[in-house]
Amino acid sequence: MSFDVDVTRRVGETQVSACFSGSGLVVLFGPSGAGKTSVLNMVAGLLAPERGHVRIGAETLFDAAAINVPPERRRLGYVFQESRLFPHLRVRENLLYGHRLARPEHRWMDYDDTVRLLDIAHLLDRWPKGLSGGEARRVAIGRALLSGPRALLLDEPLSFLDRARREEVLHVVERIRDTLKLPILYVTHDEREVERLATQIIEIG
Amino acid sequence: MLSPAELEILLLTLKVGITAVLVTLPVAFAFAWLLARASFPGKVLLDGLVHLPLVLPPVVTGWLLLLAFGRNGPVGAWLEGWFGMTVMFRWTGAAIAAAVMALPLMVRALRLSIENVDRGLESAARTLGASRSRVFLSVTLPLSLPGVLVASVLGFARSIGEFGATITFVSNVPGQTQTLPLAIYSALQLPGGEGQVLRLAAIAIVLSLAALVISEILARRAARGRHVL
Repeated sequence: MSFDVDVTRRVGETQVSACFSGSGLVVLFGPSGAGKTSVLNMVAGLLAPERGHVRIGAETLFDAAAINVPPERRRLGYVFQESRLFPHLRVRENLLYGHRLARPEHRWMDYDDTVRLLDIAHLLDRWPKGLSGGEARRVAIGRALLSGPRALLLDEPLSFLDRARREEVLHVVERIRDTLKLPILYVTHDEREVERLATQIIEIG
Repeated sequence: MLSPAELEILLLTLKVGITAVLVTLPVAFAFAWLLARASFPGKVLLDGLVHLPLVLPPVVTGWLLLLAFGRNGPVGAWLEGWFGMTVMFRWTGAAIAAAVMALPLMVRALRLSIENVDRGLESAARTLGASRSRVFLSVTLPLSLPGVLVASVLGFARSIGEFGATITFVSNVPGQTQTLPLAIYSALQLPGGEGQVLRLAAIAIVLSLAALVISEILARRAARGRHVL
């Protein structure tokens, strides 16, 4: 399964464009404000490109001419920079939100396996408010994995984390890349992350 | 404690207030959602119309309701023709007056809470597979629940205190449209009615205070420890 993305859109004063294809862990690398998050939003269907296309594997999710699959049918696990856990649901309900909505044949990730992989068993009964940054990020990754995605979109997953937490999350990302073989689109402005993780690097801006 | 007449007034006031809030809540939510989220031509006009009962003299609102719901009014004639019913001099008319007066306050509270819902959470829900309607039911609505409670209490308090529009629209009929404020007004007109006024005023204070306390408890429970008010 591979990404085939060619999108352009004006966002505020900046002309954001990205053109790449690849599989494995594709890093979108560039300075802050270059529009990396906008590219992820266009891939996820939260922002409409002015022209271009978005294809994953054999399926076209967006084509300026005619196709614009809504975000809920794109099956892309999006982990936002601010985690965006639902504050009115406990961690367990957050994890199961997308899992329950996914068609049974798409639920390739098992709930118990996810909890073990991300080491969040002790957090299940907690409210998102009480989680540390690293814990919230892991829960957000779990929630995305459980929704049965065909690819993962990670927006600066290490931001706002101290060194020990960064290592935790990096480790999880590597395991997802190597064990689950899930294609990942990874946004960062940090070169060390690029060196350690990337199978392919795309510069934005 | 309460005389049968006082009990009747209290129950009528509660009936009018609760009915007004229940009827207004979905309407107010729809208006609040439109004003908070949608952009369409005439939005400023809609905003103004919704807020009109807040700034208009209540007597004018009552008179407009009289024109609309009276025997020859467009709504009144329709109700009479199709259902053979009228709201004139009935508790239903008092509830309508209270509902109209409560609407702007409820829309304001709801609009604020809808605007406070993080839209990032809604797009997160979309990427997890939720359709627009499911996002509304599972994210937007529960997160604006504190606003729904605040709006209900404000609307209820406004309803049980409603005077001007009610007396203009459906008059002061004991047992039908004579809610607490109208009963207090009538008692004030009677020589030696001071004792009665005192008792009714005390009921009004207890009722309002109880509404506030109940709403605070509900809001805390709904927020599950999060600070909302």
